[in-house]
This record gives sequence, C-alpha cells and structure tokens, in this order.
Amino acid sequence: MSLDKPYKDVPGTTIFDADMSRQGYHLNQFCMSLMKAENRARFKANERAYLDEWPMTEEQKQAVLDRDLNRCIALGGNIYFLAKIGATDGKSFQQMAGSMTGMTEDQYRDMMVKGGRSIEGNRSIGEKK
Amino acid sequence: MARITASVYTSHVPAIGAAIDLGKTGEDYWKPVFAGYDFSKKWLKEQKPDVIFLVFNDHATAFSLEMIPTFAIGTAAEFTPADEGWGPRPVPKVIGHPRLASHIAQSVIQDDFDLTIVNKMDVDHGLTVPLSLVCGQVEAWPCPVIPFAVNVVQYPVPSGRRCFMLGQAIRRAIESYDEPLNVQIWGTGGMSHQLQGPRAGLINREWDNAFLDRLIKDPDGLSRMPHIDYVREAGSEGIELVMWLIARGAMSDVNGGKAPTVRHRFYHVPASNTAVGHLILENN
Repeated sequence: MSLDKPYKDVPGTTIFDADMSRQGYHLNQFCMSLMKAENRARFKANERAYLDEWPMTEEQKQAVLDRDLNRCIALGGNIYFLAKIGATDGKSFQQMAGSMTGMTEDQYRDMMVKGGRSIEGNRSIGEKK
Repeated sequence: MARITASVYTSHVPAIGAAIDLGKTGEDYWKPVFAGYDFSKKWLKEQKPDVIFLVFNDHATAFSLEMIPTFAIGTAAEFTPADEGWGPRPVPKVIGHPRLASHIAQSVIQDDFDLTIVNKMDVDHGLTVPLSLVCGQVEAWPCPVIPFAVNVVQYPVPSGRRCFMLGQAIRRAIESYDEPLNVQIWGTGGMSHQLQGPRAGLINREWDNAFLDRLIKDPDGLSRMPHIDYVREAGSEGIELVMWLIARGAMSDVNGGKAPTVRHRFYHVPASNTAVGHLILENN
C-alpha cells in the first residue's frame, strides 16, 4: 500500500520524509561531522579527500563540491544538515536559502525586507500565478 | 503544588542570536525585532519563574540521523550551548531541573506519551535564542530550564493534535509535583518560513496572524489543522508551529479554567528568512 504524500503537490519544496532520509543518510551524516572544528579544517584543506571518506554517491559528492543545495536536497539532503556546509563556508542562513531560489543575494534580501515571497501562486503545483 | 502561571511563544531564528552576540541589535534592520521583546524582558523580571519548561526543536545538532526521538525531555543537571558550525554562542550554560524533569517524564509516560529521556544533550539556537530574546544578555539565565525537544526535522513530525494533547499531560504532571513552583511553559519555532528549494523565502502574514488569533481563542480547533496546511501556507519550516500547541495545551482554560489574559502580542517580518511572532498568555 502506498503512503499518502499530499506535500508532493507543493511547488519548489521537498519534504524530508523517511524516503528522502534513507537516500540522504550518509550525505547528512557527512554534514553533521562539520560541527567539529577539526573536521571543518580537514574538509577545507581537501574537500574531495574528506568526502571520499564517506560512503556517499558520486552525485552527492559532486553536488556538495558544487555547493548546489537544490541538488543536495534532491539527493536526500536536509537543509538543517546542509546548513553545516554553509557554516563551514562562513555563509548565513539567508545566503544559503537565497542560493536555492535563482535570485542574487541582494535580490533575495530585498524580497525578504519587503515582506518575503508571496503565498499567492505558490500554494500548489499547477496553481495559476 | 507546582503550577503553570504563563505560556510564552516566540520564533527562534539563528540570525537573531547572531545579531545579539555580534552587537547588532541597534541596527535599523534589527531594531524593530528587538523592540517587540522590550515588554517581555520587563515582564519576565516581575514574574520571577522558578522553572521554564522550554519546548523547542533540535536543528540537526544534538540529534543526527542516528537517532530521531519524536519527543525528548532533558533530565540532566546542565546543558551546554552547542557549536552549530559557526562556533558555540557566547551564552550561559543552561541549568536544568532534574527532579522536576524526571517527575514530568514519569507522569507523562504513564499518561501514554512515549518520551525519550535525555541525560546528555547540547542545546542549539532553538533553545538559546528564545532565552536571549526574553532574558537579554545575562551572566546566568534567571532560572532552571527543562529542555523539551520535538522532532520537526524528519517528516512526519507529530500532529498538532498530538502536541496539544501532550501539553495537557504536561500540565497534569506539573500540577502533581509537590513543591510550590512557579512554572512557565514556552513554545518556540515558526512562524511562516521556508529555508529550502525555489520556494525559499515564503512568508504568509495573514495566515500567521490568523494562527495567533486561533491559538488564543480556539486552540482546540487549531490543533486539528493537518500538516499539509502548515506546509502549504506557512512554508516547509513553518511546521515548527506545532510546538506552540504543546505550550497552549498546558494552559488551564483547556481543562475548564478561565480564558488566559493576552499580556503581549507581537509580529514582524522579516528576521533573515522568517516571520517573527511572539505572544505571552497568563493563566487566570
């Protein structure tokens, strides 16, 4: 029997459910390791070598190297875990969130100051703008 | 007997913690956020709670994917502020209340809520930012704090209904404790925000304010709202708001008492990616 996943209909959104968690386990645990200062230093010194210590897929590793957070999420990453990569890079949560929207950092910041992204047209896939 | 005197609700954005720690609270961007907590700081000093029961969520800090407890109660003597990747926040250690926490754990588990008991846990911004907002920059937090962590990271998170019922069990537990303690219960997280994907930056001011209205006047009805409404209307991380229903469920009107007094209500957009909501309800 399949599970009901009504959240699949929300545009531009990936819900981190048990299926995603299963796919992203090693990717997210790699992110978790960056909470230790010595691991952040080792990762920064040689990103590829550090990633190779983890049983992640090649796609996941490449997405991390590219800092492509949308791709990381599609491959099972969760934003609270991925945030550790941003923290290692010295990025704020706003910079990380903005990087997934196709907007520049300034455009995203301005949108937030003006009240954020409107809900109109963003409730469900196929909803008319 | 211990009693719950008030409940406090607030968002817990990490950038707010950074603004406090880096001395940016006077900047134009941040001034209106902190102004919303001026009343709360005075109020807390007058209230002098003996214990704060603080409902928050861990953001992949204490709990990785190795273990994901749905509800976890901190029964330790103290909790250290976590290094979330930016280095630990320069805030005081959190002193627990092991005796009351263990009492609540025993009572609530016997009341059919399967809590995870945690004796070692670093606490992240989810817990320390609300304390900073309401207590200010202090050498020591004003009273012991019982951390209560709720899983809102891996879906499915507990339903609003389950959280509301749990709050009621927590009230029963606290009221059966044989020491005359003034206990506050805080619900944190939210309001509307989405931190991921092309829809990041979503804010829904109308929905947030309707949530505040219903939290005050119709918490029972509000607790029946399905998850999908939070995700669709308040963003994927807006689901954190289910935690507010734990604090609300612990208020006495839910058990036939008088309606609480709204001592303070505040709403502001934005703090970083998030809508900031804040409410103080006092029991009568």
